This record gives sequence, C-alpha cells and structure tokens, in this order.
Amino acid sequence: MLYREAGQYKTSYQRDQAIFPIAQDRWVVWTFVAVAFLVVPFFVNDYWTNAVLLPLLIYGLAALGLNILVGYCGQISLGTGGFMAVGAYASYKLMTSFPEMNMILVVLLSGGITAAVGSLFGLPSLRIKGFYLAVATLAAQFFLVWLFNKVGWFYNYSMTGQITAPDREMFGFLLTGPSALPWVKYLFCLTILAVFALIAKNLVRGRLGRNWMAIRDMDIAAELIGVRPLLTKLSAFAVSSFYIGMAGSLLFSVYLGAVEVGEVFGINVSFLVLFMVIIGGLGSIVGSFMGAAFLVLLPIFLKNFMVDGFGMMPVTAKHVEILLMGLLIIFFLIVEPHGLARLWQITKEKLRMWPFPY
Amino acid sequence: MEFLIETILSGLMAGVMYSLVALGFVLIFKASGIFNFAQGVMCLFAALTFAGIMEKTGLPWPIAFVMTIGVMVFVAWAVERFVLRHLVNQEPIILFMVTIGLAYVLEGVGDILWGSDVKVLDIGLPSGASDYMLDNFNIYVEKLEVFAALIAAVLVGFLAIFFQKTRIGRALRAVADDHQAALSVGISLQTIWVIVWSVAGFVALVAGTLWGAKSGVQFSLSLIALKALPVLILGGFTSIPGAIVGGLIIGVGEKLAEIYVGPIVGGAIENWFAYMLALAFLLVRPQGLFGERIIERV
Repeated sequence: MLYREAGQYKTSYQRDQAIFPIAQDRWVVWTFVAVAFLVVPFFVNDYWTNAVLLPLLIYGLAALGLNILVGYCGQISLGTGGFMAVGAYASYKLMTSFPEMNMILVVLLSGGITAAVGSLFGLPSLRIKGFYLAVATLAAQFFLVWLFNKVGWFYNYSMTGQITAPDREMFGFLLTGPSALPWVKYLFCLTILAVFALIAKNLVRGRLGRNWMAIRDMDIAAELIGVRPLLTKLSAFAVSSFYIGMAGSLLFSVYLGAVEVGEVFGINVSFLVLFMVIIGGLGSIVGSFMGAAFLVLLPIFLKNFMVDGFGMMPVTAKHVEILLMGLLIIFFLIVEPHGLARLWQITKEKLRMWPFPY
Repeated sequence: MEFLIETILSGLMAGVMYSLVALGFVLIFKASGIFNFAQGVMCLFAALTFAGIMEKTGLPWPIAFVMTIGVMVFVAWAVERFVLRHLVNQEPIILFMVTIGLAYVLEGVGDILWGSDVKVLDIGLPSGASDYMLDNFNIYVEKLEVFAALIAAVLVGFLAIFFQKTRIGRALRAVADDHQAALSVGISLQTIWVIVWSVAGFVALVAGTLWGAKSGVQFSLSLIALKALPVLILGGFTSIPGAIVGGLIIGVGEKLAEIYVGPIVGGAIENWFAYMLALAFLLVRPQGLFGERIIERV
C-alpha cells in the first residue's frame, strides 16, 4: 500500500535513469544516509565504533570491491587478504615517508597502488578460468603476505615486524593513532564508503559494467560481439583491487592502528570477504553491505548470546560459534543461493502487491 | 650429491602425502563437479575421531579405524541428505562456498567432541631414520615417509581397481562422464554421491592418520588442504594420475626451491612457491597436466 510506484511518471531521460526510480526507495535511502551522517556520529562510543561500525564499513568496502570482480565480472578471487595487505602497507609507507600528506590522498593512493598490483595478478585470468583461477589467485595471497613479512623495507625495519599507524589529523581532528576520536574515524570511513558505493553503482550500470557482465555470462560470446577480454578483465581486477586496497588501508590506519601481516591479512580474510559477497548476493551493491553486516554482526551476536546468555565457557563458545557459522552459511545457501540481496528484492516485489496480491 | 638425492627423496615423500589429500578432491570433483574445500578439514576430522575414539575407549587401533570409517560414511550420508540434495543444479561457486561452510561445521563438531588440544596418534607406525639407507647409501630417509609412500601406492592401486573393475566403479565413472546420461540408464545419483563422499572420507582418514602420525593431530592438519590445491591445478582437477604426479612435482620442486632458491630471497618460500609453480605451469597448459581438455562453444 505504501510502497507503490503508481502515479510516479518519468517525464525525462534523467528521471528514467535514476538509481532509485521509485520515490519511496529514494526517501528510505536519503533517510538512511541522513541518519548515518547526522545522527549516528553523536551517539557513537568507543565500543560501538570499534566492535561494530568500523568493521562494518571497512569490510563493506572490501566486499563491494570483491563483488565487482566476482559478482560482476565472474572471476573468482581468493587473494583479497593479500590485496588488503598491499593497501595497508602502501598507506604505511606513504604515511611515514610523506608526513604532510592528506589522509584522503593516502587512502586513494594506496588504492591506486593496490590496483596496479591487482592487475598484475589478474593477468593469468586471461588464460585460466574458474577454479583454476581461484587457486591461482591464492598465489597472490601467499606471496604478498610472505613478501611483507620478509622484506624489511615495507615495515621500515622495525624490530617487531609490525606496522603502526602514526597520528594524523583530518580538518584538525585526530583521525589515526591510539587517541583518535571514534566519531572522526566513523565519519571518515563512512564518507569514503558512501562516495565509492555511488561510483561503483554508476560504474556497473555503465559501459564498463556491461562489459564485465558480458564477460561473466559467457566470455567467448562477449569476445565475439566485440568486448575486449584483456581490457575488461584487467579493469575489473584493477577496480576491484582499488576498493580492496582502500579497505585494507582503512583497516590498518583508521581501525586497527597496528598490524601484523600474517594475522590480519591471512587466508581467512579472503574467505570471509568472499562469504560476505556470496551471502549478500553476487552482482549486487547493496548485497555486499548486507553480507558484510551479516558476517560482522553474527559472531558478535553469537558470542554475546552464548557467553553472557548461557554462561558458556569462552573456549566452548568459540567452537560452537564456528559450528553455527558453518551451519548458517549452509542454511542460507540452501534457502537462497542468490543471497540476501535476492531476499530483499523478493520482499520488495511482494510489498508492491501488498495487501492485495492478486 | 647425496644431499641432492636426499632432498629429492624427501620431496617425493612429502609429495606423496600431498597427493593423498589431493586424491580426495579429485574423487569428489569427478563424481559431482563439486570443488570440495572441506577435504582438508575432513582429514583433520577423521584423524581427530580416530585418535579420540582410541583415547576415550582404549580400543585397539584396528577397531577404532573401522569405527572411524563408519563415522566418515555417516558424514557422507549426512552431507548428501542435508546439503547436496538441496543444491542440485546450482552454480559451482555456490557449491564451493557450501563446502567451506561444511568445513566450519566439521571443524566445530570435531573440536566440541574431541577437544582442540594436540593429540598424539600412536598406532605403531614405524618412525625414525631408516638404518638400511643410512648404512648402505649414506642417505637419511624417514621410515614413516617410506611407509606413507607405500600406503599411498596401495591406496591408488586399490582405487584404480575399484574404478575400473567393479560395478560401483563403473557407475562412478558414468556419473563423472555425464550426470544426465547416467541418470537415464538407471544409476542413482544420490547413492553415488554418498559412495564417493565415503571414499573421499576414507582417503581423508588415511591421509589424516599419516599426517597425524607425522606431526600430531591438530588444527594445522586442515591447512594441508591448501597445499593440495596447487597439486590439483598442476595435475588437473579430474585426473587421479594427475593428483599423484602433481603431488610429486610439487613436493620435489618445493624442497629444491627451499634449499637452493630460499636462501637467496630470505627463506620460508615453501608457503607460496608451490602456487607460483602451478601458476607458471597453468599459463602453458590451462587445464593442468592430465586434465580434460577444455572445449568451449558459444
């Protein structure tokens, strides 16, 4: 009854091509954005930012990047952790070598560097397909983590082998380092995520995105109708790595502050982000965020529920948590293999008919 | 010279162990087209169950072994009944993700049932260096590794006979060839899947036992799955000989690289060298050594 496009006429091409053609959608999105930007920053505290909001935003960005590659271009990648590490180490080197550099520039440049590395590791995709490619991208994962562990230049020859983010300011507010304010971190990540989600949305419905989807659906057919596989696949790898690199940069500089490469950017992260993409929905921007939200919030929820609710031993709870994660993943894939985004879409379609579905 | 032979030998032995894990992957991929990421965790789970049963009940190891096989068959049945049956005709990547979910479940169940501390799997497998080789050729060879190689050879022979000569084996090959054609001549896909997952479970148990006897049963056992992946792409996903040869190549290449290239670049290259080797190899032959030729049509 409320969600209905009857009577909303599109009288110009511009209106016809709007991202959210239905007015109700626009209201919801604008409200959401307004709340996220104007209301939430006044209420966040340390716990909420660090445990929930920042991981949500950062992993959302990474999932968005991976979704471009896996969901839109159909190239499975298990190298996400490695690419995030590239972003993190690039931003560390930039922050320590050029102390005056603006943080936005640092994050963007880290993304750019990761994009270059990503396209390099994307080269085999021109010859290798499917699971062969997935395993080949693991080469990137292991090689990059090893590289950052071994070569002292990357971590400025520090004794621990860790990298630690120095203090940096944004508009006079401390953004990185241990004494940074929660709301500054939150707003910084949120802004980057919002801007780049918009860019991604427009990319995937433009020429480049259509090329990606053509390659995903059938690469030989796409090649025959004039889509260039080299440029298309490499651009998907580059754009995806750009997003993932930014996520890695934020994860290191804003969220964690200090990083040990093997722990933070290991193979588990690659799987985690891939899960977010698949649970959220392949080939869907909003799905990436839903998947990220699901997989960030679920462990916290489970942990609180079991340890505080049932008084379970933390060790046992950890095992049960792993078990439940697995069960839920299987359950979701069986119920809706196309992810949360598809469920959302079905709900919306049902809602249009509600309350008279016939 | 002796050192080189020693290196190559130990590489071959390690390669055999990788092959054992890779075998499980190939079996399932051939029969159901599923890239079963849970294979490594299945090794861990099987070994944990094996060690757990022996520890809790004090039964002699052959009985515990048979009981563990029973558990693995049950796992296979459960996987078919509760997971695969609902996901027929889904995209490969969905099936792949499901097996990762399965890996979590098995890991969780194994930990809850048997605890997560390191278990010693002592079933009287030979250990220590082989005196014969040491005396006659002055080469250091672990007895356990020789034993593992023998077991692997027996297992592969057994599987080859099973696939070529038995009725079930023929049905398995038929399913691998073409699901629909196999269905239309009256082969039950569901039964076949249970069988093939059971066989993969059995292979996982053997591999898990050997690895467990070598380095203790612990979580890191499930990570050998990651080592089996380059073996797989090198040998080709669909080929059993490929898994063996790929394992040997990766095993030897890794050891040689660690000793001759490692020091130049700072060591510890074992983690990624296998992948790079496989990657370089794939660029020449995208379907792996023995993989089926990929024919693409529009």
